Amino acid sequence: MEAANLPPLVGQQFDDIEQQREAAKLGMWIFLATEVLFFGGLFLGYTIYRFTYGQIFVHTSRKLDVLLGGTNTAVLLISSLLMAFAVRAAKLDQRRMLTWLLIGTALLGCVFMSIKGVEYHKDYVDHLVPGRHFEWHGADPHSAELFFWIYFAMTGLHAIHVTVGIGIMLVLALLAWLGKFSHGNHNTVEIAGLYWHFVDIVWVFLFPLLYLVGHR
Amino acid sequence: MEEVTQPKVYVRTCVALLALLALTWAIAYVDLGPFNLIVALGVAIAKAIVIALFFMHIKGSSRLLHLAAVAGMIWLLFLISLTLGDYITRGWVPLNH
Repeated sequence: MEAANLPPLVGQQFDDIEQQREAAKLGMWIFLATEVLFFGGLFLGYTIYRFTYGQIFVHTSRKLDVLLGGTNTAVLLISSLLMAFAVRAAKLDQRRMLTWLLIGTALLGCVFMSIKGVEYHKDYVDHLVPGRHFEWHGADPHSAELFFWIYFAMTGLHAIHVTVGIGIMLVLALLAWLGKFSHGNHNTVEIAGLYWHFVDIVWVFLFPLLYLVGHR
Repeated sequence: MEEVTQPKVYVRTCVALLALLALTWAIAYVDLGPFNLIVALGVAIAKAIVIALFFMHIKGSSRLLHLAAVAGMIWLLFLISLTLGDYITRGWVPLNH
């Protein structure tokens, strides 16, 4: 049988493929809404502490490396471009292209995590990790430490999401290679793409809020 | 086969996002007082909207998906605005203990 003539697989509970695709996307957007609120608690905490200790946040933020943070923003934005092309390749049934684009997205995710690792190491060496090791020679060390608690909590939760995303992309790359997303069965790639873009959006907010506080 | 977006749309989206990143980065070195925060947030919101519209295909998707996409944001705005409403107005009214 000619493979290209196979129809996409429609679950019994759906009327047709359009409904199935819409249901998958709606489910993912609802999950992303819960993710917004999951990160939202941390953004709220950030807002209140920044409102309360504004000036100290400005001084403390300058300890962060804008070059590394900014580069990481660009890395994630470009990874989102690859992801968008991956979803396009899946829709066009380009198996080989899809596999490589998913691997490329995962690799840029790894670049992001490596840069983040270098940054975390610098923070550790500079005694900026909160806890017993923390050292601050400016005014109000407790509020400065609070900023770093928030910084590590927010970037840490985001880093966990990137790590999960890298894992998803690699599994999808393998499945794509095996032809699991051919013949219109590209739902999984599309909603994984939504997740990856969401993680990108979170970083788009973290970068200015943590690295570009006030005038540098 | 499903309708797909032209590659140039994605490339332009990415170029626009990188330009916005350069803008927010550059403005951080200019002293605008409290407007630094407003500009930084404005650029971040613009980037998020561009990503959602073009990369996440909100442009061209159904009303139902639009609703699901803005729902989380609206609840987050409630959370932050009501809590800030509390923090900002503390001390406005003297309390006699």
